[in-house]
Amino acid sequence: MKTQRQVTYAVCAAVLLIAPAFLNSYWVDVLNNVGIYAILSLSLNIILGHAGLFHMGHAAFYALGAYTTAILNTTSGLPVIWLLPLSGLVAGLAALVVARPIIHLRGDYLLIVTIGFVEIVRIALINNIFGITGGANGIFGIDRPEILGMKIRTPLGFFYFIWGFAALTIFLFDRLEKSRFGRALNYLREDEVAAQGSGIDTAHYKLVAFVIGAVWAGMVGNIFAAKMTIIAPESFNFWESVVLFMIVLLGGRGSIPGVILGAFLVLGLPELFRQFATARMLVFGAVMVAMMIFRTEGILPPPPRKYPLSRPTAPGDRA
Amino acid sequence: MSTLLSLRHLTKRFGGLVAVDDVSFDVAGGSIVGLIGPNGAGKTTVFNLITGNYRADAGDVIFENRSIRKLPTHQIVSLGIARTFQTIRLFLKLSVIENVLAGCHCRMRSGSLAAMFRTPAQRREEREALQIALAELDFVGLTPHAEQLAENLSYGNQRLLEVARALATRPRFIILDEPAGGMNDQETDNLIRTIQSVRDRGITVLLIEHDMSLVMKACEHLVVLENGAKIAEGPPRQIKSDPKVIEAYLGPEEDA
Repeated sequence: MKTQRQVTYAVCAAVLLIAPAFLNSYWVDVLNNVGIYAILSLSLNIILGHAGLFHMGHAAFYALGAYTTAILNTTSGLPVIWLLPLSGLVAGLAALVVARPIIHLRGDYLLIVTIGFVEIVRIALINNIFGITGGANGIFGIDRPEILGMKIRTPLGFFYFIWGFAALTIFLFDRLEKSRFGRALNYLREDEVAAQGSGIDTAHYKLVAFVIGAVWAGMVGNIFAAKMTIIAPESFNFWESVVLFMIVLLGGRGSIPGVILGAFLVLGLPELFRQFATARMLVFGAVMVAMMIFRTEGILPPPPRKYPLSRPTAPGDRA
Repeated sequence: MSTLLSLRHLTKRFGGLVAVDDVSFDVAGGSIVGLIGPNGAGKTTVFNLITGNYRADAGDVIFENRSIRKLPTHQIVSLGIARTFQTIRLFLKLSVIENVLAGCHCRMRSGSLAAMFRTPAQRREEREALQIALAELDFVGLTPHAEQLAENLSYGNQRLLEVARALATRPRFIILDEPAGGMNDQETDNLIRTIQSVRDRGITVLLIEHDMSLVMKACEHLVVLENGAKIAEGPPRQIKSDPKVIEAYLGPEEDA
């Protein structure tokens, strides 16, 4: 069972690795966007999928990361790649400050507050807060990242950068899921009172889930800023948060393969059906509705975790 | 025997209703104590006050010579008080073994970074937790169901799973809220034996139960509540013949 999963992962990785050889740069760029949204959704998945917190303001943390990179790079010339961890840190700190007072809110209440948060961030950016965000025009002239003396500038370069980062994210988050931390998030999602009654500090875990999700969103913000070299508040509006929310729900809450598939479907399918122009969003919406009715757990719900239980030698000796 | 838990003038009001009214009693270490009373007497509220789910309006809860009245639930659990719920509260969509692992949580330390980097200490801790969880599953006899989802267990087995989860926190004191609810006679007999072997492990038991045969068989000491106040306390035989208790359960004797 373990090997089958590993084979699936390896095949998908191999297909992705050689895919650019058969695609023009437009489609490589589409895959880059899928990759960016896949990582963002994976980070939202910690909060929404595992901890069950209805957080619809994830674009705010993404924006904070992107603007941290843009501002520091354009003003002080710090290399973009160094700003990757720093952007994550800034977004994580923001999450700590913002989430602390709202963490006890449940369900739709939290949803409303997080929507408010993402709007506040966007409007603050438009209003050129502290005179450093460049207002509605945003910031331009952001450097390209440089790794081991190689500057990444082509879509192909970014393809390997983004999907390499995605692979690292999958690797780390998979471990995170299969740990005391991952289980604690699931316990509090299933029944908060029972989780507390089992000795779990639910407020602490919700906060940490928020911070980890925000750190990753901030780092993706850095990659996005470096890829575009120009960022504006419009890239981080409420709709982006909705798309991320949708990807997690569609793909399967708490399921890494599900969320990645969700990113491919939500970003990839509208591109594939571009010739149907106006009808494509209609079809897409209908598919979403159908899914919510017929497959409420998402397309690929997470399989139960496996534990190395020592099995009795003779099966069926205890009914 | 020394006193493990002591309630002192505990009072809890919900608006105008006094749910728990100046209740005091002691629980001796190593005993099995029953808390009984008619419906709505405030038994579960007393449990929720002990475990920090509710905050007392007055009075104090002393556990091992320390006031726990103001502590949050998860800290009370790590001090050694575990509980089960009257309305079963399992993590239904998770497997049986994961439900028990929830109890192990408070005895583990590794955090998110240790998990991402899978440090040797983290892996050792996971292995140990799994061993403890399996041992507790075995203790309540649910080992064959380890990989099923909790929601697929029978009602009686779900109650046992709650006990296993509570035991996995390695408590010194366990609170069982109607453990025999929904169980048939045979399951109840098994439960009595389980409760007694919990006590034999050195864990003090406090339980709420409506099934009087279970209470009489299992408990060494009873506390009776009515309308939030304590009306009697003593060994089961004495309680059985206490006129105030009989009146509380059957209503006052009326002239014909």
